Amino acid sequence: MKKSSPKKDPVVHLPEFVTGSALSFPILKILKEDGTLYKDAVLPLIDREKALKIYDTFLFLRIFDERMLAAQRQGRISFFMTSTGEEATHVGSAAALQDDDMVMAQYREPGPLYFRGFTTANFMNQLFSNEQDLGKGRQMPVHYGSKKLNYMTISSPLATQIPQSVGYAYAQKIEGSQSCTLCFFGEGAASEGDFHAAMNMATLFEVPLIFFCRNNHYAISTPSEQQFAADGIAPRGVGYGMKTIRIDGNDVLAVMKATEEARKLAVEKNEPILIEAMTYRLGAHSTSDDPSGYRSRKEENRWKKSDPVLRMKKWLLAQEWWSEKEDQEAMDTKREEVRNEMQKAEKIPVSELSSLVTDVYDKPPWHLQEQLAELEQHIRRYPKEYPKSSWRFKND
Amino acid sequence: MSTKTITIREALREAIFEEMERDPTVFLFGEEVGEYNGAYKISEGLLDQFGPRRVIDTPISESGFTGLAVGAAMVGLRPIVEFMSFNFSLVAMDQIVSNASKMHYMSGGMFNVPMVMRGCNGSAAQVSSQHSHCMESIFSYIPGLHVISPSSAKDHKGLLKSAIRDDNPVIFLENELLYSLPGEVPSDEFTIPIGVAEIKKEGTDVTVIAHSRMVEFVKVALPALSEMGIDIELLDPRTLKPLDIETIVRSVKKTNRVVIVEEGWRFCGIGSEIADQIYSACFDYLDSPVVRVTSTENPMPYAKNLEVATLPSPEKIIEAIKSVTYRN
Ligand SMILES: Cc1ncc(C[n+]2csc(CCOP(=O)(O)OP(=O)(O)O)c2C)c(N)n1
Ligand SMILES: [Mg+2]
Repeated sequence: MKKSSPKKDPVVHLPEFVTGSALSFPILKILKEDGTLYKDAVLPLIDREKALKIYDTFLFLRIFDERMLAAQRQGRISFFMTSTGEEATHVGSAAALQDDDMVMAQYREPGPLYFRGFTTANFMNQLFSNEQDLGKGRQMPVHYGSKKLNYMTISSPLATQIPQSVGYAYAQKIEGSQSCTLCFFGEGAASEGDFHAAMNMATLFEVPLIFFCRNNHYAISTPSEQQFAADGIAPRGVGYGMKTIRIDGNDVLAVMKATEEARKLAVEKNEPILIEAMTYRLGAHSTSDDPSGYRSRKEENRWKKSDPVLRMKKWLLAQEWWSEKEDQEAMDTKREEVRNEMQKAEKIPVSELSSLVTDVYDKPPWHLQEQLAELEQHIRRYPKEYPKSSWRFKND
Repeated sequence: MSTKTITIREALREAIFEEMERDPTVFLFGEEVGEYNGAYKISEGLLDQFGPRRVIDTPISESGFTGLAVGAAMVGLRPIVEFMSFNFSLVAMDQIVSNASKMHYMSGGMFNVPMVMRGCNGSAAQVSSQHSHCMESIFSYIPGLHVISPSSAKDHKGLLKSAIRDDNPVIFLENELLYSLPGEVPSDEFTIPIGVAEIKKEGTDVTVIAHSRMVEFVKVALPALSEMGIDIELLDPRTLKPLDIETIVRSVKKTNRVVIVEEGWRFCGIGSEIADQIYSACFDYLDSPVVRVTSTENPMPYAKNLEVATLPSPEKIIEAIKSVTYRN
């Protein structure tokens, strides 16, 4: 536990309210919108290979988002959420982590998975909830997870992953693993009590943890001005005694740089860090939402100008690490791959009936076995009412 | 008496509208209830009509705004808290279970908490385990809470108005898949008392007890049942707590057979309580053990085939009815 060093506060004899107005957060920017670097900016650790791997993930995400939105409209999947416009936050931070660092995400952060090797088929099997989905078809679309890739399965109730990330990091520290946890959350989810409890415990228990807030200015239709009256999320970090940094979340190099420095403090000194990345959700909240009712085209267009993908592409082109021709070819290949994998995933059967009762407990207890047996008998009597389950049973 | 046909969504909106108009202490709180008109458009137009002092968009802090409503209710306001879905009421459990429900008792009757907590309960179309909870037995277990879960437009309107006027904290459980269901309601002002069941269809052979969306499932089974010559009595408790056991017992004494349908899990489900009360009150009148139709006891999976298999279905209800009438 932390031993706080005795701190001498000045004494006054007239009431003096501390307003916090002296507190201001500079915003870290490295890459300009035109693809050139700011003077004096220092690059994160990045070489051509890493840069292209990040950009490859960007291209995948753009094409994937576009294609799966269309698939949802066609009724092929029931639900989808894009991360369009926010790719730099989750891909850039993943690129500054080690692969054995844990990622606890909210739901709009598929980047670290692809970056670490989650295949297009892995994504598709989850979205089509077929029997090859790692989650066995149990979670809603976009609630991916992979133990192998150190990416916790997404949980729907907001902010619950934030205190869990403190626990994960605590265990990493106890085990002496030299790795850290990075926890993503939205500025809206930060209104939950769990967020505050987690921040407090993180500094108290000195855990190797990076809190990564994607401040995309909206929580469904609620603009951040209606979510909180204060200056964003960053001041809360300071309030809980945490080193805090605000960054341009559409600048992939700034995201990498901040995460890189944060990781050092987390792993070497067990100092939790708060990063507030300013970004914008270019698409709808989810396929159940239509943003035209609560924000203007003008505002959206303003943010499109700072598109993180385009910005990085300009930088890559300027350095001659990438060409327009390669860009076109890579997009075509990705489109093809997304189309093929979607068609494959659609044809893979859904999980068989017996998967209903596995994993509820470590072993299916008698009452669940009994309920499954009754259900099976029932479905055998009414096969037409259960077409996707009745064509095969485990023991046939 | 003249009637009109409206959807359950409209019935809820009319109830809130009329009560806010009648009583200036009625307020609406919740995530996206104002400018967005509610996640399911229940509160459409209310912000325009009553303004931002009475229709309040909250931050994403369920425990926070439920506590705020408990506090405001103790001063004399009548808050209606909308949970975007009842699954998120789990974040506010301490405020509901340890505070709203007990404040009147623990303060020796000095403070009461006249508030309504409403929103959709149960599964919807493929929303998976964390968005499909059936909360009726959890809340009905708690002394101090009234629990209502209606099935028709008329019942939604009349009971929500009574809930808003009730001096106790009330849990009002709706269902997303029922919101667009139309039904007849009286054109004039009316309320339906809390704690009174309704026989939705009279019959002689089996009492089938169902609430909320399960009433629709039973209705789907009716043609097949009448083809088999089975005439069921469909009883909707409408209020789960307090439970109208008198009406239930009267029906059981007539039919001598009972099937209880609920969307929730079997173990400690609301049907366990109803069955227990039936056994205690009229065991001698039963010609068969009570049979329950429930979900299987797994978290709700997302995949459509598994979701359908988990839930009750008209066919499962038919089988249960056949079993109490020894037709298998
Ligand atoms: C406890 C809880 N309350 C409400 C919701 C419904 N909900 C899902 S996403 C969301 C908005 C979250 O906004 P933010 O955290 O800013 O993330 P963003 O969607 O902008 O990425 C809400 C209210 C939920 N999933 N869990
Ligand atoms: Mg947001």
